[in-house]
Amino acid sequence: MYPSRFNYESPKTIEEAIALLTKGNGEAKILAGGMSLIPMMKLRFASPEMLVDINNIPNLNYHRVDADGTFHIGALCRHSDLEKSSILAQHQPTLAATAPLVADPIVRNRGTFVGSVCHADPQGDWASAMIALDGMIVAQGPKGRRTIAVRDFVTGPFQNVLASNEIAIEAIIPATTGTRFGGYLKLERRIGDFATAGVAVALELSGSSVIRAGIGLTGVGSSTVNATDAAQSLVGSPLTSEAIERAADLAAQAAQPRSDHRGSAAYKKQVVRTFVARILTEINSTKTKAA
Amino acid sequence: MTSLYEEVRGDQPGEVPVRRVSIRVNGVNRTADIEPRLLLAHFIRQGLRLTGTHVGCDTTNCGACTVLLDGKPAKSCTVLAVQADGHDVMTVEGMATASELDPIQEGFKDEHGLQCGFCTPGMMLSAKALLEENPNPTEDEIRWALSGNLCRCTGYQNIVKAVLWAAEKMRAQAGK
Repeated sequence: MYPSRFNYESPKTIEEAIALLTKGNGEAKILAGGMSLIPMMKLRFASPEMLVDINNIPNLNYHRVDADGTFHIGALCRHSDLEKSSILAQHQPTLAATAPLVADPIVRNRGTFVGSVCHADPQGDWASAMIALDGMIVAQGPKGRRTIAVRDFVTGPFQNVLASNEIAIEAIIPATTGTRFGGYLKLERRIGDFATAGVAVALELSGSSVIRAGIGLTGVGSSTVNATDAAQSLVGSPLTSEAIERAADLAAQAAQPRSDHRGSAAYKKQVVRTFVARILTEINSTKTKAA
Repeated sequence: MTSLYEEVRGDQPGEVPVRRVSIRVNGVNRTADIEPRLLLAHFIRQGLRLTGTHVGCDTTNCGACTVLLDGKPAKSCTVLAVQADGHDVMTVEGMATASELDPIQEGFKDEHGLQCGFCTPGMMLSAKALLEENPNPTEDEIRWALSGNLCRCTGYQNIVKAVLWAAEKMRAQAGK
């Protein structure tokens, strides 16, 4: 298989890339890691007239914590960079748990975090983590930059709010006021397969009390599911076993899975329930050990 | 050398976008005019006639087409050849010297790490990247590193043994 014919551009600056996208007038696509775009082009699900390869634009491959506590991930930061990152392990438990479960090790060498979020696949792991963390995407277009919350960024399966001449240049995870805890669990038939179901949990605790919670669900809806009721039920009280059970039930209710070859809808809801409970129980025991 | 697809030859000149690329493959600079849609796997196999790189699933699943791109495993069916312009590619043909097999190749031979052999080039290159980074991997670390490469014959057992064998030999050589 090979893609249909396209023009290829490899700009050296973001401004140049935006100019090319403007010229492409909706028929140009950005190529970052290409781990979703190139297969889609080979299968002819996508046939852009122009590819704007951003891999030669310098200073986009980074991830860092700023002095204000915000965490920044550049457009060319690869999954494998995050998987091996000690900064990520230290500051972002939800993302650190997600990184090794994205696709397979070879795909992780090229695929990018920001690209994965933009691709807006309901099966995307990072989107769930970003939803749980209230993450944001910074987009740059001809008129400058804007910041969009990921929950508003994704509008449906494979759809986001970017204009055809905007580039997502960075992802931001807001600073925390409490202590951050989190996890990600995914059930897959084999490594590299799409998730049967996945669960991302991000908590902030002050003492033993939950002051912020986010839960994102992978592969159990037409886009990433933001289990807000489940998350809200945790806020304001300690992680008791009753609270954990209630949140797990609410998350399972928020899931809208379809029965398919990976399992029945009821089974997938049960997986969500189990994973939420498992992550929260694990956080509870880690917290107790730390204290 | 041309590595355009055969089916574009009937087109009128000028209609086909062409770019000149220079890719260092197994230490040798290869320069060619190619269509941007040419995949790295096809550049290597049809353009350079290096057929050790196999195309298996063609959908980014199986890892048979794995090459090292700047030292890191990449699925060459999912990389455009133009993206490798100015970069370094290593295929299975680059592993052995004229007189000597790579220890990883020896390991696959000694430990019967292959049956049909289709996945083997990709397996060995993933293993090579692992051992560069981690000369003394555990069995779990090997299985994890090779989890993007599928084998439908061996059940993986002897592949893991082969990599352990190679790791031991490479450590012994380095210790000398």
